[in-house]
Amino acid sequence: MGSDAISIQNLEKGFKHKQVIAPLSLAIPKGQLMGLLGPSGCGKTTLIKMIMGMLKPDKGTIQVFDFIVPHQQLLKDIGYMAQSDALYLDLTGEENLHFFAKLYRLPKKEQLERVAYAANLVRLTDDLSLKVTNYSGGMKRRLSLAIALIQNPQLLILDEPTVGIDPVLKKEIWQELIRLKEEEQKTILVTTHAMDEAERCDQLAMLRSGHIIAQGTPQALKEHYQAKDFDEVFLKAGGDAQ
Amino acid sequence: MRIAAIVTRIIQQMKRDKRTLALLFLAPLLVLSLMYFIFNSDEAPMTLVVSNGSAPLIEKLENADFNIIEDNNFTKKQLEEKAYNGWLAVAPTTIKLTLLNDNPSQAKILTMQLAQILQPTPASPNSLETDYVYGGKDTVIFDIFSPMLIGFFVFFFVFLITGIALLKERTSGTLERLLATPIKRSEIVTGYMLGYGLFALLQTIIIVLFGIYILDIVHDGSIWLVLLINMMVALVSLSLGALLSSFAASEFQMMQFIPLVIVPQVFFSGLFPLDSMAEWLQNLGHIMPLYYAADALNGVMYKGYSFNEILLNLLVLACFAIVFIVLNIISLKKYRSL
Repeated sequence: MGSDAISIQNLEKGFKHKQVIAPLSLAIPKGQLMGLLGPSGCGKTTLIKMIMGMLKPDKGTIQVFDFIVPHQQLLKDIGYMAQSDALYLDLTGEENLHFFAKLYRLPKKEQLERVAYAANLVRLTDDLSLKVTNYSGGMKRRLSLAIALIQNPQLLILDEPTVGIDPVLKKEIWQELIRLKEEEQKTILVTTHAMDEAERCDQLAMLRSGHIIAQGTPQALKEHYQAKDFDEVFLKAGGDAQ
Repeated sequence: MRIAAIVTRIIQQMKRDKRTLALLFLAPLLVLSLMYFIFNSDEAPMTLVVSNGSAPLIEKLENADFNIIEDNNFTKKQLEEKAYNGWLAVAPTTIKLTLLNDNPSQAKILTMQLAQILQPTPASPNSLETDYVYGGKDTVIFDIFSPMLIGFFVFFFVFLITGIALLKERTSGTLERLLATPIKRSEIVTGYMLGYGLFALLQTIIIVLFGIYILDIVHDGSIWLVLLINMMVALVSLSLGALLSSFAASEFQMMQFIPLVIVPQVFFSGLFPLDSMAEWLQNLGHIMPLYYAADALNGVMYKGYSFNEILLNLLVLACFAIVFIVLNIISLKKYRSL
């Protein structure tokens, strides 16, 4: 407890006979932007689903704030963005946002404020009355991000939030994530395999085959592997593991 | 409030899906009408042979649009050869009606018309005896199975639409996303039952009113009871469709449940006589919701049963619904352990 938003101890998870998460421990301090880096299939999404309480670990415990996962009340404090857009396509963007706002039992006035805020943040205000079917891939991604922010959660868990988003908007979203962290003291956990995004995190954890193979600030990791950029860190760290 | 959010969302979604709405509301009416016309297609005037009929009786019958042949030495054998619709033999104390009954629905109409015309009066307390050339009095097809048809359509269309709607929610990831919010599993299931239940209610009302007032299906009992039974059918179907959707990975797999879940139920819902089946087969019928629904609907619409007489059937249906709803709540554990 205390200063960690998420603390994971000796977590293990396997599907059938494949070990997806090997014994893994990780602590994410409050108010930090933590990047979870790793190739596809390394267990990032599995780890995130276990933190959300959507998958049951085989062994180990996860604590988020003062609660042991799974905990229903806890879900109010976590803004979650899944890897695939889970949106109601026949509803408009606005209806999607209001639906989720109601699930968090926001009062009417706050609902309207939060919908307007979240839509503005992802630049969807003008398209809110359109049905989601007519959205582009990037717009759907932005709407998913807006939904993750709707209840003003203390912790944001974003599974590859910027896939399919153009560079300009990507930059804006990252600026907003950093603003949320600095001004509103939110803790953010982001998975990515974009190396330019890795640079902007406070802390990085590199995941490979269910193990954390390296952890530290971007600067420390680069120095440790004597690499110029993160592509190189990634290749070198991966090489060590094999 | 969370339940209300789900209900509102379902209504918004359904309103935009015009094709599904049409399937839900119009398709049952179309099929029901088609079956009605298939089984009641013969509207030609019927020919009736009368033996020893009095002049007033003959006149009454001719006024009722029958072709009358007077023949005092008629036999059942002749009726079969000539294929007239019926033979009315008047004796001092009784009137004997022999029906050809090659078309049960026609024979039924004939009997009902004659029963009206020959209503016993204190002056002539004649009773009507009925005999059949083919089959017997139990062979009226559409009247017997039209109540069951109403129940079947309610079951089938509600099953199909909720099953696929929920499946879409599972495959698109929105159900999982829903479970990443603090909503309770029971709130989700209740929301679905209410949201889709509303459409099922509308569908049931439309089918029942259409069947009774437009197609003129016999209904001796109360229309409210018919609606009540069908609401229970819809609830069972709703919860079963939702439950089975968790065992399907695609719309195609959902369709595969139709021959497994829907078709066998039809066999046990009164379309085929149950009495002649092997005992183990009859017992099999007792695990099927439509068996109880058809029994209750037939009771109310054809035999004019009252609430108490169908109470047992209603209770069994309620049990099915409760079991399926609880299983639904449990099955959501797959997505979240809380």
